[in-house]
Amino acid sequence: MWKFLLPFAAFVALAVLFAFGLNPSRDIHALPSPLIGKPAPTFTLTDVLDPARSVSNAPLKGQVYVLNVWATWCAPCREEHEALLAISQQHVVPIIGLNWKDQRERAKQWLQQLGNPYQGVGFDGDGRTAIDWGVYGAPETYLVDGQGRVIFKFISPMTQQVWDTKFMPLIAAARRGGA
Amino acid sequence: MNRSPARRARIAALTLVLAGAGEFACRAADQAADPVAGKAPGQVAGQVAGAPAVQAVDANGQIEDQGLQARFERITQELRCLVCQNESIADSNADLAVDLRQQVREMLVAGKSNAAIFDFMTNRYGEFVRFSPPLEPKTLLIWGAPFAMLLLGGGIIYRVVRQRSRMPLDDEPAAGP
Repeated sequence: MWKFLLPFAAFVALAVLFAFGLNPSRDIHALPSPLIGKPAPTFTLTDVLDPARSVSNAPLKGQVYVLNVWATWCAPCREEHEALLAISQQHVVPIIGLNWKDQRERAKQWLQQLGNPYQGVGFDGDGRTAIDWGVYGAPETYLVDGQGRVIFKFISPMTQQVWDTKFMPLIAAARRGGA
Repeated sequence: MNRSPARRARIAALTLVLAGAGEFACRAADQAADPVAGKAPGQVAGQVAGAPAVQAVDANGQIEDQGLQARFERITQELRCLVCQNESIADSNADLAVDLRQQVREMLVAGKSNAAIFDFMTNRYGEFVRFSPPLEPKTLLIWGAPFAMLLLGGGIIYRVVRQRSRMPLDDEPAAGP
C-alpha cells in the first residue's frame, strides 16, 4: 500500500509546488512591501515647483491619501501620467508626488508641460525619503489610510482600470473603517 | 542487524548537533565581526564622539577606519540590490545600490551595529533584501531542509545497503528498498 501511496503523494506535492512556482501570471520580481499595515514614514521635503515651500505628509494624517513615486528619467512614469491626471480630476483622495532622484528643472518642466495631478510634489533628490518607503523602482504608488498606515503598494504604471479595481475598493473600505 | 534503534537514534542526534554547531559557529563569527553588538550604548556613543567624525569617508567612498571599512564590505555583500535582484549592493552600479551603500556607510560611521543596519534594510525592503535569511521559526524549513534531506537520503541508502547485504551473493539484486 505505502509503495504506491508514497510516490503518488510525492507527485501531488511536486505538482502543487510547480503549479505555484511556474505560474506564468505570477510576477517573480514583485516583492511584498514590509510597510503594509505599518505607519507611513513621514517626510518633509521642498516642493519641486517652489523650493521655498515645503511638502510633507504629516498634515495629511487622518485622511486617506496616495503617494506616487515618479521621475522624469522613468519612461513608465510618462506612460501613467495621463491616468494620474484623470484620477486627480475625480477628486477622490489627495495625490502627493515624490520626485525621486531627479533634477528639479526637468521635473518642473514635466509638470508645467504635461499638467500637475499632484497636490504637492516633494523633491527627493538624494533618494533618502524613497529609501524610507522602500522604493526600488518607479513608478510606485502607495495608499495610506486614515490612521496613517500604508495599506497598499502598487508597482507599475497606474491606469484607470487599476485605480477602479484595486484602489477604489480599498479607499472605500478605509473610509468605512475610519468613520 | 548490528545497528540497534538506539544506535541509529544516536547517529541522528549527532547529525543534528553538528548542524546546530555549524550554525552556532556562523552566528558567533558574525557577533565577533560586529564590535558594536554586546557593548553598552554609552560605550558606543563614546566611541563615536572620540572618533574623527569629519573626514571619516574619503572621496572614493572608503571609510578611513579599517575595521569599519571591512564591516562595510561584508554588509554590502550580504544585501541584495532590488533593482537587479541577483546582485549585491556591493557589486551593483544601480542608482539605488549607490544610495544604499551610502546609507550603510553613514550608519557605520554613526556607530550603528550590523544588526541595526540589517534591521533598517529589512524594515524597508523586506527579508528578501538579505541574501541569507535569519534563523527563526518561519525560516526553519529553509535552514532545516538540507539536513532533513541528508538524513532521509542517508536513511534510504542505509536500508538498501542493509537489505542487499543480507541477500545471498549468487542472487540478482532486487530493486528498491
